Amino acid sequence: MTRWLPFPSAAAALFAMWLLLNERVGAGVVLLGGVLALRAAQSLLTLELPKIRLRRPIAAAKLLLVVFREIVRSNNAVARIILGRKQRTSGFVRIPMDMRNPYGLAALACIITSTPGTLWVEYESAGNTILIHVLDLVDEEEWVRTIKNLYESRLMEIFE
Amino acid sequence: MTDDSPLGLVTAVVTGSLLLLGAGLAATGALGLLRLGSFYERLHATTLGTTLGMGSVLIASMFFFSVLQTRPVIHELVITVVMMVTTPISLMLLVRAALYRDRREGSREVPPAP
Repeated sequence: MTRWLPFPSAAAALFAMWLLLNERVGAGVVLLGGVLALRAAQSLLTLELPKIRLRRPIAAAKLLLVVFREIVRSNNAVARIILGRKQRTSGFVRIPMDMRNPYGLAALACIITSTPGTLWVEYESAGNTILIHVLDLVDEEEWVRTIKNLYESRLMEIFE
Repeated sequence: MTDDSPLGLVTAVVTGSLLLLGAGLAATGALGLLRLGSFYERLHATTLGTTLGMGSVLIASMFFFSVLQTRPVIHELVITVVMMVTTPISLMLLVRAALYRDRREGSREVPPAP
């Protein structure tokens, strides 16, 4: 944006974090938090990050709900696998991606890794594919469809 | 639990159940480290404690202290966000290191580099 407020969303998030940690809203807290958030956001400029535009907050909220539902569901599934004696195979799945936005890919990496049962292994930029490890692998095609429909389409809507 | 307890039965039951759920998931994850076969499989087990396990404990904490202090206590949300962002990074570092070594050794269990 401008030279004074280069990453408004990062600054706002840091400011909110400061208020939450202080647990009160006074002139001193707001002033100090504001200055810190502003300076921290300006220091991000040295990293020369690509531009980010966060549009569609409703789509982002929907994605968050989907991720939450999947985390609960797969926690249950993985706990059953650990405690039970079911025969299963684990394996790697390579998934071709349509999304190239680095923020979208980073978000996808966080989502896949924090969902038990799936693990982000590598991203290969030349062919734009990702490699994931699946704990209970039955059908590779189904995982490709799941990741693309559940996450990639929504992330592309948000980031691209 | 007596009637003159400062908390009340409902708070105690809700907090207790959430803590037990969180602790149970963390214990299941630890058991998974023992029971699952390969390195890549074991990494899946650790995420039980860091997602829903941690979430349950933090919700229990928010609920308990909000009732105890009769005001919303929500700074646990910061822990949630920081954990959600940092856990995948350490897991990815581990899995990439393992993949690199397996490929160097020519292991057939991992797919070749593209």
